[in-house]
Amino acid sequence: MTVVHNTRAEGPAADRRSAPPPEPAPGRPRAGRRRRTAALTPWLFLAAPLALLLMFTFLPVADMIGYSFTDWDGISPARSYVGGENYTDLVTRPARFEVFVVSGFYLAASFLQIALALYFATVLSFNTRFRNLFKGLLFFPYLINGVAVGFVFLYFFQPDGTLDTLLRLVGAEGRHLWLGDPDLANPSLAGVSVWRFMGLNMVLFLGAIQSIPPHLYEAAELDGANRWQQFRHIIAPSIKPIISLSFILAVSGSLAVFEIPYIMTGGANGTETFVIQTVKLAFQFDKVGLASASAVVLLILILLITWVQRRLFPEERVELS
Amino acid sequence: MRRACVVLVAATLVAVTACSGQGGAATGEIAAAPSDPAKVSGGITVLTNRTDQIADGSLKKYAAEFNKVYPGVKVKFEGLTDYEGEAKIRMNTENYGDVLLIPNSLSVEQYPNFFAPLGNSIALSEKFDYTSHATVDGKVYGLANIGVANGFVYNKAVWEKAGIKAWPATPEEFIADLETIKAKTDAVPYYTNYKDGWPLTNWTNAIGSPSCDSGSYDRLAKTKEPWSSGSDLYAIDGLLYSIVEKKLAEPDPTTTNWEDSKAQIGSGKVASMWLGSWAISQMRTGAEAAGKNPDDIAFMPFPVQHDGTYCSVLRPDYQYAVNAHSDNKEAARAWLDWYITKSGQAASEGSISAVKGAPLPDTLKAFSDNDVTMIPQSQEDIVEVNKIDKASEIGITAQGYRQKLVDIARGAADGDMDSYFGELNGKWAEAQQTLGG
Repeated sequence: MTVVHNTRAEGPAADRRSAPPPEPAPGRPRAGRRRRTAALTPWLFLAAPLALLLMFTFLPVADMIGYSFTDWDGISPARSYVGGENYTDLVTRPARFEVFVVSGFYLAASFLQIALALYFATVLSFNTRFRNLFKGLLFFPYLINGVAVGFVFLYFFQPDGTLDTLLRLVGAEGRHLWLGDPDLANPSLAGVSVWRFMGLNMVLFLGAIQSIPPHLYEAAELDGANRWQQFRHIIAPSIKPIISLSFILAVSGSLAVFEIPYIMTGGANGTETFVIQTVKLAFQFDKVGLASASAVVLLILILLITWVQRRLFPEERVELS
Repeated sequence: MRRACVVLVAATLVAVTACSGQGGAATGEIAAAPSDPAKVSGGITVLTNRTDQIADGSLKKYAAEFNKVYPGVKVKFEGLTDYEGEAKIRMNTENYGDVLLIPNSLSVEQYPNFFAPLGNSIALSEKFDYTSHATVDGKVYGLANIGVANGFVYNKAVWEKAGIKAWPATPEEFIADLETIKAKTDAVPYYTNYKDGWPLTNWTNAIGSPSCDSGSYDRLAKTKEPWSSGSDLYAIDGLLYSIVEKKLAEPDPTTTNWEDSKAQIGSGKVASMWLGSWAISQMRTGAEAAGKNPDDIAFMPFPVQHDGTYCSVLRPDYQYAVNAHSDNKEAARAWLDWYITKSGQAASEGSISAVKGAPLPDTLKAFSDNDVTMIPQSQEDIVEVNKIDKASEIGITAQGYRQKLVDIARGAADGDMDSYFGELNGKWAEAQQTLGG
């Protein structure tokens, strides 16, 4: 998304750049001004994206932090300052954090997702037949919008629906309440999430793998290394930064799951996540102040976990030769 | 990627709210009905959720009728598909039409900020039902066009096939009837519509029916434990619990579908659903679309009798209000009054008119034939009830707590009916105490 924004936002600035350059003029002061303009140019380029970033990310976050110290109900013109009351309310009621158990399912699923993505990225980086077709097929789910994914899988998981029929074809009889059985609901939803986001991970890995110089494989093959050994000793070390980035995204992503469970179950049947709970607080119980405080807590948690991860697995520069 | 959702939610929170800082003070000037129709003039915009009535031109016809009496008023309609969402956002500005429906999510005590008072509550309540639902400090801010009776929409053919002719008189009889239906027909005896959720909130509208008491909803404000034995909520939620616990509901509630349910009850695959009288005509259309007899769809009251008669509480549908910032309040009021009392819109759609003394529509003929007592639900203390409800985070008008009830009943969540009712009672009592103290 950011990429699109940037390109669009830079459009006008680039146009300005391509206008005929001012005629060269003799004399020192002119040159000084040109240097100053030159120093200004990158900022002109940055202005549009920065303005958008400020307006749609930092300003709302600042506002949200402001709301988290009030008892605002979301519509009334009046709101009063209540200090840290919302935060003490959050901390003193551990039940509000029980929903993070659900995130565990998504976290576990994201490990599976990364493993699958690595596997497919590796296989497709070699000369597989129809590799471009497979790349497209695997990446495709990520392009479908989340609401559509939710509805498709609602039919998929219905009793006697697509999944049950498929299972019957391979001989596994029985009706399962994929979303109705509380033990199956969260794994089912996490499965949808794997299906949807695996392609993205795969493309990230694939990009990184393609930057590995081919002569390394040739050398390895000459030394008699098989595919697994090539993966273990060439590919995996070379794309380590991307893998660790994927893990950071996986952890923060599984804490902030929202779309898929919200559309498919609305948080019923024990599938409520922290973000769904926050949305309910804000729009169902008119506690926008408290909801803002939970959003701030989630933000802090994610920043904290990311920081810890970076400390445990510091970024290393990978030298490819 | 998914982290974007947090930002998205945060941004939405702000977007919805950022503009609410303003809110020019409403003057409190009464939008009075004009004394001489010929003298009223001006253009008014009416916001409506009935985009279908705009599309088929029936609203235009009403406007033409209206112009025969009020030639100087020009009425323009604006249909909002997602009425709740869009209207609430527009109300952060001053431009939200001249006549509009009051969004459900707006709490009553905020009405004076947004709407012009329509008059004294004592005078208006003599003429219209449900005025207490929109009264703040003795002034009425909204008038309903139609009322809704609550009850079970059921497929008469299926019930008769199972050999049941009379309405059940007690919850136990109702359960027994559903069991007979399960045994004798292929139909699913009861459909919860759990996935879409909002149909479950209709159960709350039954408050007052089991006890046949119009003040039952108000009493929630003073009741410490609304889910204790003998109370309305106990009877209502207890009945739903038994239906699900005895496996009389659909096998997988989590994948239900509201639109499908209309065809299912129409074709007799589903025997009954708890809804409002507004649903009857929709279900009949569903039956027709499924190639069955629309007259199979019938309506029955909550299975409790007092002195041999049934009871059904009536609640208002959307209430119409006049924008406090409107420049043509007189014209707006003229339209509002004319639409509710003269247009005949309620009768033509088979709804219950909110005008006192209006006859019941055909869809509820069975109710009048069986002398069902119809009592308008009073909501004088709705402000307090809402406050307790929101503070307790139960949400009696939302689907969440009843979905949990269904989960417990079908064994998908821990606990049983008593433990859950105990938990709800605890939350309610705590919130009431915090607010009162």
